[in-house]
Amino acid sequence: MNSLITLPLLIPFFTAIILIFFAKNIPVQRWIATIGSVLTIIAAISLATTVYTNGIQTMNLSNWEAPFGITLVSDMLSALLVVTTSLIAFVCLLYSFKSIGKEREKYYYYPVFFFLILGVNGAFTTGDIFNMFVFFEVMLMASYVLLVLGGMKIQLRETIKYLLVNVISSALFVIAVGYLYSIVGTLNMAHISVRLHELGQSGIVTVIAVLFLIVFGIKGAIFPLYFWLPGSYYAPPAPVMALFGALLTKVGVYSITRTYTLFFTQDVGYTHELLEILSIITIVIGVIGAIAYSDVKKIIIYNIIVAVGVILFGVATLTTEALTGSIFYLIHDMIIKAALFLLIGIMIKIAGSSNLKDMGGLIHRYPGLAWTYFIAALTLGGIPPLSGFMGKVLIVRSGFEAGNYWGAGIVLLSSLFVLFSVMKIFINGFWGEAREYSQKEKQPVKWLLTAPVILTICAVLYGLGTEAIYPIISTAAETLSNPEIYIKAVLKE
Amino acid sequence: MEILMAFLIGIIFMSATYLMLSKSLLRIIVGTGLLSHGVHLLLLTMGGLKTGAAPLLGQHAEAYTDPLPQALILTAIVISFGITALFLVVAYRSYQELGTDNMELMRGKEGNE
Repeated sequence: MNSLITLPLLIPFFTAIILIFFAKNIPVQRWIATIGSVLTIIAAISLATTVYTNGIQTMNLSNWEAPFGITLVSDMLSALLVVTTSLIAFVCLLYSFKSIGKEREKYYYYPVFFFLILGVNGAFTTGDIFNMFVFFEVMLMASYVLLVLGGMKIQLRETIKYLLVNVISSALFVIAVGYLYSIVGTLNMAHISVRLHELGQSGIVTVIAVLFLIVFGIKGAIFPLYFWLPGSYYAPPAPVMALFGALLTKVGVYSITRTYTLFFTQDVGYTHELLEILSIITIVIGVIGAIAYSDVKKIIIYNIIVAVGVILFGVATLTTEALTGSIFYLIHDMIIKAALFLLIGIMIKIAGSSNLKDMGGLIHRYPGLAWTYFIAALTLGGIPPLSGFMGKVLIVRSGFEAGNYWGAGIVLLSSLFVLFSVMKIFINGFWGEAREYSQKEKQPVKWLLTAPVILTICAVLYGLGTEAIYPIISTAAETLSNPEIYIKAVLKE
Repeated sequence: MEILMAFLIGIIFMSATYLMLSKSLLRIIVGTGLLSHGVHLLLLTMGGLKTGAAPLLGQHAEAYTDPLPQALILTAIVISFGITALFLVVAYRSYQELGTDNMELMRGKEGNE
């Protein structure tokens, strides 16, 4: 019995409820939001240290014994993701204070923000497949509101598409859970794993595995199902875009990782092969998009797709080393994508346009912005010793060891193109002649810049401290590659 | 009985897909509502259709009905109700703002250069 595990869920939940009562009082809202978000970080970090020292933490809600009730499970992977989520939430909150605008602040921006964090943390923590669906819905509901809040034409239009895509994928999720339930007769994820292994390989399990891949693939934007992402993520303002880009797709990726390491390991030859092929195509498509566009938002959005592909390639390889690499890369990518989205948000605010043709010469008046962006870009490209390097090394090496030369080669090549695409922004946006925006007054960007600077520092430290972080990450990967550890912790056998 | 339910669910899914493929926004929303009904029926069928037993089990009960699918359906109904409500509001608001409910006219070209 451990109630620490619920704190990263309860704190955002109660913060959101309290915030609703102070909707019209902006300064009070900001204070409550800051306190709530700092408390979430503290709770998440103490949870992660507990998990690291004492092993997997579980909690049976309402004292129903493990396979019958809803169980919350925090293994190293989910604890790390909860920490990262809380950190990104805090930083995006700081950024929102100066950029989101009074109107949005008055109309429940902060409460919805915290409901989103609740949903994301919940999806990472839950140990019950149907409860995961519920947390997905909490998260999606909040994301619909964040996407449409402000009511601009583009937001309304894109929200409709986003809503429709997610309603369909939620329906598929329930269908998949229904099929799974009819076979194994349980919803507890550890128990499902046990029952599926007793059942052995059968065709219907493979069908369900692919159905789950479709469901989570829609959320996580893998190859044939990514089509909605570039349009929808283009619409909202920068802090919301950062939250979406850093958290929402990663929840999909986490779910694929969890289900494909815990449940569907009987017919690896089919399911993981499929995942591998799709992840490689995802990388290629993402790279093509990132290079093709000259709009800064689109470039970074397509980079999300590349990262999803890289992480899932590691998951598909399914060795402990590859999984370690994937987790390394997952956390790195969450941090650095949030930083990049916030940075281009500042660029767009200065230039008044998101097209690279309207920028140029930003380095003369905003050197701090330029150099932060430069470091963040190098980090994304995976230049050693920055973060992103270690993850990619592990993924690529285990890819080669598994004999998958094509896939590993494409992952390797993709980092060059990723670097090219973000450097394109640096060269065209920061160097060269200043455009029309230079007639305008200098924008105050100090406060806005603190947010991405914090994240970039975290990313750099994450890269430099690889030696210290490695044991934590490999603990997480250990749990993924040996489902017995997870099962034992939950079912207490 | 299960066979009959399977056909029923299939027909509901078919109609839902047909509606969601149309251009009018309102038809699409009706389609999503129908889809969620189909999903709930599917959950019910997946739990096994039985009559004449209480849903609660003692250790040695001879017959019982599985209560879990009903709990799941209840949760799913509440969620799909909330989402349909939001969807309708967003659709109405965007009809006011964009002046159309035709999905063909709602394509976006921003940033595609």
